Amino acid sequence: MINNIQSVGIVQTKFYTIEEKIQFESGVEFGPITVAYETYGTLNENEDNAILVIHALTGDAHAAGYHSENDKKPGWWDDLIGPGKAFDTNKYFVICSNILGGCSGTTGPSAINPQTNRPYGTSFPVFTIEDTVKVMKKLLDFLKIKSLYSVAGGSMGGMQAIQFVISYPDFVKSAILIATTARLSPQAIAFNAVGRNSIISDPNWNNGDYYDKEQKPDRGLSNARMIGHITYLCEEAMYNKFGRRLQNKNHYDFNFDIDFQVESYLQHQGQIFVDRFDANSYLYITKAVDYFDPCDKYGSLTNAFKNSNAKFLVMSFDSDWLFPSCQSKEIVNSLMKLGKDVSYCEIKSPCGHDAFLLEYELQSKIIKSFLNDHIKGDYNEQALC
Amino acid sequence: MNRHYAESKGLHLNYSIISDMIDDYARVLDLGCGNGYLLKLLKDKKHINGNGIEISQKEVIQCLEKGLSVIQGDIDEGLKQFADKSYDYVILNQTLQSTHNPDYVLEEMLRVGKKCIVSFPNFAYWRIRFKFFFTGAMPKSRVLPFEWFNTPNIHLLTVKDFFEFTKQHNITILEGIYTTKAKVRKAIHYNLFSNFFAEEVIFIIAKN
Repeated sequence: MINNIQSVGIVQTKFYTIEEKIQFESGVEFGPITVAYETYGTLNENEDNAILVIHALTGDAHAAGYHSENDKKPGWWDDLIGPGKAFDTNKYFVICSNILGGCSGTTGPSAINPQTNRPYGTSFPVFTIEDTVKVMKKLLDFLKIKSLYSVAGGSMGGMQAIQFVISYPDFVKSAILIATTARLSPQAIAFNAVGRNSIISDPNWNNGDYYDKEQKPDRGLSNARMIGHITYLCEEAMYNKFGRRLQNKNHYDFNFDIDFQVESYLQHQGQIFVDRFDANSYLYITKAVDYFDPCDKYGSLTNAFKNSNAKFLVMSFDSDWLFPSCQSKEIVNSLMKLGKDVSYCEIKSPCGHDAFLLEYELQSKIIKSFLNDHIKGDYNEQALC
Repeated sequence: MNRHYAESKGLHLNYSIISDMIDDYARVLDLGCGNGYLLKLLKDKKHINGNGIEISQKEVIQCLEKGLSVIQGDIDEGLKQFADKSYDYVILNQTLQSTHNPDYVLEEMLRVGKKCIVSFPNFAYWRIRFKFFFTGAMPKSRVLPFEWFNTPNIHLLTVKDFFEFTKQHNITILEGIYTTKAKVRKAIHYNLFSNFFAEEVIFIIAKN
């Protein structure tokens, strides 16, 4: 499908520190904030080819390429970012940063508070999606980006892309919103709540003060991740992936060890997650996601989008029950009502919410077409009598 | 499906007639826009500001590849997201007979569009009548090529039926165009002749 599949090669995460304090939505002023980011491709002379891609809940700034020759895995959206790919780095200057409150380079609860020389822990202020977007905008200002050709994100990344369009309507020429929503359903909030509860009820969480302790709240964080992974799949995906198959055994063991493949998968996902993610970051970021509700904040979604001149592409996946298609349609309908330029595609997939990271072939095709607005007529004029 | 068939046979008469009906720079909504052929034509020839609605994922992607704005959706569910009279033209080309609720779809498009362009195959076309009369089987034709068990055309109608419907629903017919393979005839009022000889028809309708 995709020609010239190539990688952006070896890349490096860079850091920018916003020295001045930023006012958060809660009223708290906070700073300094260091932002971890990566860029691919080059900003053109007209400075009009910048695309901001935004990661999902537990992602990072490393969206494409490899950090070293020995790196086993490329960045999280390498399938879509690179020379000749959907976000073609021969044409576009692609930027990705780690979210505020994260634990992959951007200042978050695990960062050292310069005033106490200890990690912030739960003294880190609660922030919102509006705040995370404000931080991204500061980074773009530092990179001398005058406007964005596009802002793109899936899941929580899509929520931030929505907020970006709302906060900076004149700055964004187009937005690509994938498997996302303008507000979580109570069901999705409930899963986040159980995840947070699992962390908080781990005795090793110690009110968020565990960074210098030997025992970290790994149990709680890994359980939270296991719950998350259930929501990223769907019934069909689970049947396809595991069925009722047993893990390395032919019969039940009649004890409480792992019997089923699905149990083993979840446990594995939980275990590898604690090595790369911070429990407090999980609490803060899921809270920001739960709070996100521009419909409520601006009276209606229509009102929230009214100043935007961006062109929109919205995509959802039919088996995604965490961010279901009806929530994407809500976004599309409010944009249609405003007469905005919007396209919407519901992609058939058996992969559930995870589809946005897996079904890259169709997404590539769609995104590529959407970003390329100079398409010549392909109908046969002769045939038009 | 019908539209695809028409394209594969090179039957572009409808497209050029519809294109002639539309003013430059108009705001156009194409319901059941298929692969976007007509929208693309209108965009290039008439510089319209257009949107399409299409139910099939494959065709939505083909529209996007043409650089069109398209929404994947089911027109049978109505056009709730569109404000009253928000389009200069709403087009329903060769699709009316495949909708589940043609009366609701027509009502919705007349609400949203200042003018509506509706085209459909005339089931009272003489060849169809004769085929049915002499063979006793569900008639097939150039524009209705399907078998009874796989046809998407579940609400076939005639010119007479359409006139009757517009009368009952206070819909104004602004123009009627009756076509056969190569001939085109215009008339606003109903007559037996049109109902007998027209293979496909295109109407411009409106409702205030």
